[in-house]
Amino acid sequence: MSAPRFEDKPRLDDWAMAMRAAQELEEGGKVFNLGFGIPMLISSFVDREAEVLLHSENGVIGFGPVIEDPERADRYCINGGGQPVEKRPGVAFMSHEESFALIRGGWVDVTFLGALQVAANGDLANWKVPGKISGALGGGQDLAFCAKSVVCITTHQTKDGTPKIVNRLSLDITAPECVKRIISDIAVIDITPDGLVLREVLPGWTPDEVQQVTEPELSVTSDLVEMAL
Amino acid sequence: MPIDKVVGSFDEAVADVADGSLIHVGGFGGPAEYPSYLIAALARRGSKGLTITGNHSGFSEGQLTMMKQRMSGMMAYPDDYFSPGILVERGQVAKGILAFPVLPGAALKVPFEELLEKGEVELELIGQGSLAERIRAARAGIAAFYTPVGPGTVTQRDKEVRWFDGRPHLLERALKGDFSIIRAHKADRWGNLVYRGTARTFNATMAGGSRVTIAEVDEIVELGELDPECIITPAPYVQRVVVRPQEPVTDWRTPC
Repeated sequence: MSAPRFEDKPRLDDWAMAMRAAQELEEGGKVFNLGFGIPMLISSFVDREAEVLLHSENGVIGFGPVIEDPERADRYCINGGGQPVEKRPGVAFMSHEESFALIRGGWVDVTFLGALQVAANGDLANWKVPGKISGALGGGQDLAFCAKSVVCITTHQTKDGTPKIVNRLSLDITAPECVKRIISDIAVIDITPDGLVLREVLPGWTPDEVQQVTEPELSVTSDLVEMAL
Repeated sequence: MPIDKVVGSFDEAVADVADGSLIHVGGFGGPAEYPSYLIAALARRGSKGLTITGNHSGFSEGQLTMMKQRMSGMMAYPDDYFSPGILVERGQVAKGILAFPVLPGAALKVPFEELLEKGEVELELIGQGSLAERIRAARAGIAAFYTPVGPGTVTQRDKEVRWFDGRPHLLERALKGDFSIIRAHKADRWGNLVYRGTARTFNATMAGGSRVTIAEVDEIVELGELDPECIITPAPYVQRVVVRPQEPVTDWRTPC
């Protein structure tokens, strides 16, 4: 599908998308996994005092924000992207098989993952960029299959304007029917049994314009709000 | 007779790694987790036709130098950090069973990707969870297991699919190595191990996942000094222990 570029319109950058995604976090013992890429930025937007359980697949749970100061960085406490993170009280380390027992066993409530394509039924493609001889599954496939909920953080369109939210995947699938929510640079969309529901729109965009860059049909929720950071 | 698994040098520790061995390479992605000195010793030994397993296929020597500079604003990278990429770069690896054989989308092309394009290396792509559990299964004497991860995707290949509780599962086989080379923090001469922070990762997973497990450690302590409540890897899983040098050896070519 060819879609308009809307080049003059505002879009959230990676940090702003992560900031919006951080609103999904909650205290009270739910486990949130931050996947490779943009999702790793989310930990920087967690309130220092908040008791939010963040998990990273390399084997750490209960960590805090990314440490920006190399003098304070501890290479023995890193997230799944190799960034040093705060070792706050309550943090626990585990082996890799334990980390994935935690994932496969259904102990992760929400995982935030990047996406190359998301289909209308929630199918996710995020492991192989077209043209590369191979891709990387990392821990993303286990997470996509087994987390209770998958939230994708992604630009709405590729660099050449092609929609990433599609009727059917054309790229290699990571996991079927797993994505529940998409936080993009212009909108928040839920994938429900009744189809795609537009929940939030970035100021500067209309629901109709979001539809023009989204392949599947969107229904607009009656309580549609502006995306706020 | 006292049990003493401590080996005097890294070269001695890998002296019997034959061509064609399957090697579980510990580590994850950062500089603190890799068994750098064991990787370097394997590069010096020059064993060929290796199958390596692990998270990441690793960086070339030149890329590591670049990474150390590029990452210095975030975290100091030690000068004695070597990744499995130096084995790949030197043509010692015939096959990789890996979660990150290439870097996703990045412009940086790791040695494994270059060899894959030339058809000079074989890839079995696998997610971290299935890889970790296959190695754990080998340690635990489980021949195979069903996992809900992978049906209908690239990882299914010719694996058996069976339904449990309304979901399709893949049959994954245990993956026993000839050697596990791992990094730990402290050991005693029996081979009991403790790890440090996120460096536990695949290192603890791979301990015992092979006929021979070789642990590279920061320190060897007296028997009884490790708190028995806190030992992560018990002695039987470890066959050899080598201590890292006090002064970093920064060129992998230097025997040690």
